[in-house]
Amino acid sequence: MRSILFQDKTIFWMGLCFLSLAIAALFLPNWIVNNVMFGLARGLAVLGLMLLWRTGLVSFGHALYFGIGAYGVALLEKYTGTTDIFLRLICAVIVSAIVGYLLGFILRGYRAIFFAMLSLAFSMVMYGILVKMEVLGSTDGFSVSRTTFFGWVPESKYALLLSLIIVCMASAAFVQVYLKSSLGQLSTAIKDNEIRVEYLGYSVARAVHVKYVISAIMAGLGGGLIAMALGQVDPDSMVNWTVSGELVFITIMSGAGSVVAPFIGGVVFAFLSTYASEFMPHAWQLVIGATLLGIIFFLPGGIWSLIEKLWKRGERHHG
Amino acid sequence: MQLFITILIDGLTYSSYLFIVSVGLTVIFGVMKILNIAHGSFFAWGAYGAAYSIGLAANAGFPAWFGFILILLSAILVGLVLGVIIERVILRKMYDQEEVVLVLATFGIFLILEDLILLVFGVNPFFAYQPMAYLGNIKLGGISRDVYSLTLLAAAAVIAIGCWYSLNKTKWGNILATVIFDREISLAIGINVQAVYTATFVLGTALGALGGAYIAPTVSVAPGFGIDIIILSFAVVVIGGLGSIPGAVIGALMVGILRAIAVHQMPELELFVVYAVMALVLIVRPEGLFAPAVARKI
Amino acid sequence: MNKRLLSLGKGIAVIGAAATMAISAVPAYAQETISAGIVSFLTGPAAGPFGVPGRQGAELVIEAINAGTMPAPYNSAGFGGAQMEPTYSDESGGNAKQVAEYRNLVEKQNMDVMIGFISSGSCMAIAPVAEELQRLTIMSTCGTPRLFEEGDWQYTYRTQANAVGDSIAAALYVREHFGDENGFTGINQNYAWGQDSYKLFGLAMEHYNPSIAASDNPQFPKIFAGQYGTEISTLALDDAHLVHTSFWDGDIEAFVIQALVRGFFDDKLVVSVVGASAVDSLGNQFPDGVVMGTRGEVGLLVRNAEPGSLNEWFINAYKERYGAYPMGPSYQYARAVLSLKVAMDKAAETSDGVPSQDEIMAAMNGATFQSFGGEISLALGDGHQAIHPVGYGITKWDSEAGEPTVTDVTFYPNECLYPPAGQTSADWMAAGMPGSTC
Repeated sequence: MRSILFQDKTIFWMGLCFLSLAIAALFLPNWIVNNVMFGLARGLAVLGLMLLWRTGLVSFGHALYFGIGAYGVALLEKYTGTTDIFLRLICAVIVSAIVGYLLGFILRGYRAIFFAMLSLAFSMVMYGILVKMEVLGSTDGFSVSRTTFFGWVPESKYALLLSLIIVCMASAAFVQVYLKSSLGQLSTAIKDNEIRVEYLGYSVARAVHVKYVISAIMAGLGGGLIAMALGQVDPDSMVNWTVSGELVFITIMSGAGSVVAPFIGGVVFAFLSTYASEFMPHAWQLVIGATLLGIIFFLPGGIWSLIEKLWKRGERHHG
Repeated sequence: MQLFITILIDGLTYSSYLFIVSVGLTVIFGVMKILNIAHGSFFAWGAYGAAYSIGLAANAGFPAWFGFILILLSAILVGLVLGVIIERVILRKMYDQEEVVLVLATFGIFLILEDLILLVFGVNPFFAYQPMAYLGNIKLGGISRDVYSLTLLAAAAVIAIGCWYSLNKTKWGNILATVIFDREISLAIGINVQAVYTATFVLGTALGALGGAYIAPTVSVAPGFGIDIIILSFAVVVIGGLGSIPGAVIGALMVGILRAIAVHQMPELELFVVYAVMALVLIVRPEGLFAPAVARKI
Repeated sequence: MNKRLLSLGKGIAVIGAAATMAISAVPAYAQETISAGIVSFLTGPAAGPFGVPGRQGAELVIEAINAGTMPAPYNSAGFGGAQMEPTYSDESGGNAKQVAEYRNLVEKQNMDVMIGFISSGSCMAIAPVAEELQRLTIMSTCGTPRLFEEGDWQYTYRTQANAVGDSIAAALYVREHFGDENGFTGINQNYAWGQDSYKLFGLAMEHYNPSIAASDNPQFPKIFAGQYGTEISTLALDDAHLVHTSFWDGDIEAFVIQALVRGFFDDKLVVSVVGASAVDSLGNQFPDGVVMGTRGEVGLLVRNAEPGSLNEWFINAYKERYGAYPMGPSYQYARAVLSLKVAMDKAAETSDGVPSQDEIMAAMNGATFQSFGGEISLALGDGHQAIHPVGYGITKWDSEAGEPTVTDVTFYPNECLYPPAGQTSADWMAAGMPGSTC
């Protein structure tokens, strides 16, 4: 395990990227830091989706876990007054893991469009409950107070950003190691031919279940962190089907080529929507929609395939 | 008893509305295997078309019944324009992609169409209450009802029977069945599959637009009109069985009546019951209650 | 390998350079201007009846103040001498999007002051962020009393009274005109505004009209639901004759259209807290005999302006510019802008140059000023929350003038409507409203 961590080049480069981001953030204005945080938090959820996608599964209901993480943080504060980052994150992880584990028993038997639709249905059940229940904040949701660190209330956003970067780094490294493990390597095999995998003596259902729970936890973490970065949760921005659509959109935009791709995609999406709504307040959805179609048509491998191409060209050029 | 009748009528009118909106979705899925998120936009475009033209006609002094013709015309126009453009320009290039990518493409189309509405019609709401006011009201089960909503029942029945008839009893229906069964064989025996796809998509689009156009006189037609209806109609077709027209009838009836019971008895559960039933059906019978039988290919 | 490291280093350098540029791109703060982010619904179902009229009200008054063309006592040019540069922003898309947008306006676009917000949901979400970013924020329209009763905000002000006044005034109006009703129910949106409005109306009815019983099945559909056929049936089946609604935006229009055809308004007495936008947009279709409020001395209820008054100027200037009567939100947004002028002018007397944010806030705390329709006092919430009289009238279509009118307009004074400072409205109402003069 340790040897993988140190030998794996992806993890090394990723660490360097995150480290430089952490340093750069010291000099960046607040609004950029904010957008980076939103992007990274979404990236976490997208990382979970990517894991499923590699197995050929697309969840159109991952906003369920995104929302569970976010509401977990908000309700924890409402009922216990806790604002500590570790308790918040633990809460987001535990609740999304439990729900993911339970629903996983049902969802692991589904594939393709049925998997997508059933996950959508589950997320909409949660949306329906949140929107109509006054104790759960109905359409308003809740405000989320500033995050504390063992009682310390930081003045700037930097501490939260740093924690976000650490969580992202750890999650990405975990997924990278997992994908290299024998269970993880089943992903592509399951996508190609499930029956063959079963003949090899592996349980496809269990492999899918494990992946599903991991991806639920990632989305829960992402939701919890975005609630902390934003200071607000509400059903339409966290749980509605459009949020699930957005997450799948970022997954496609990022590409499944690397565990870093979701974070790049997330940050690109954050800036894309910020600028689109600033300069075209009446047509920002149009920009997002056109980008989506453009990527499906011209860049099926997502942003990551572009980066790979540039990287290879650079190598050829220098070498 | 009075409550029972009220719930039944409320449920049936809402079901009819749901059926008209969802049947286009199920037609497109049945033939082309596309789960079309942009369906909500077709709904909104139909509503805008109807509300805008009815408003113009009312100002120009046309009689109120003329609105019914405009409702039909807007649906057909939206179907022909949006349906042909989207199918020919965008979707045609994607039929070899995975189902899920196609869903996402329609999500992109949905986002674009939503903002196009804003750019074309602006942000002010449109009203087209003339056809509804024209038909007046009637006392049923002790409370008065607007006749317009009751005509939804008839419209839904006509559409359901029309679809069923043309699919099962006409030559066109046979061709469609062949294309659904096997695209390659259809091509081989000389069926113009491209044309069938375009026609199906136009029909589905027009039906979605008809749902919006029909409902336009009863509401304030404003931006964001199509967002909630998408998932609601997903629920309807999933419950009944994707691609099945009798399924859409059953799905619409279940959702409409359950919702009516919830609103009358337990308003907090209004949205919950709809999606809970959808999830339950997917768990118990993923292919839906009335899924078309999948023929074995040998 | 080294080459790769090199290219990565370049990449980092580029990011760094971009960051430096982004910092230096922040414009030098110009002393003689004040930038204001004006937030209202520019898209979605609330844009037409609320957001756009609100934005227009702000626009009209900002331009008039910048040019010094408003009548006395506001005929000096500028805000404490500074010209206001407004940036208009969209309130739709949910609370979380609003918070992100607010951060963007303050931190990226460097707004000196934020004005607006129609939805109670937005206000509740924005206030904590305003506190965090320490940016003066003047809420113009939203109504939930929770804003200042559950929170203690230093940077947030609200120039609109909260829903307590609307609900008590409605109950008082019912006592005065419809005291022999048999019972009441309601249809309200399922979020802060709708829930609070109905709850407070219930408390006020219990106090002033104890013989009118509350229904056990009031309806709370989701905001922007659009289809109310089933809810209308439920209300029609209810024995209660009086129906309370705080519907606004496109929902009130949709509800009226659907209810009207079913003869609902012949069978029921509807009390609408803030549905006046539908009175204008539906014209002669809007039923007569609806008890209609505007949440203060604004909009439909104050259309017959006294000659020479500030209100007359506002109505005429607005009609000339936009070809329609100003709506409630037009007044509310104009009033929020005006409150800033009052505070900045006052602060400028003792400050050299354009006053700082702290000076403006000191001048704003507890201020009382003459607005278009009447007087506004920031009397509650430690001098941050406005109170003002609230009235109701009965709708009547004037077929000769081809315009909607209201009859039997009664306004109730502040002393009847609001708890004394430091008490929450629910506690005060539960205690039987001690100190109320009604």
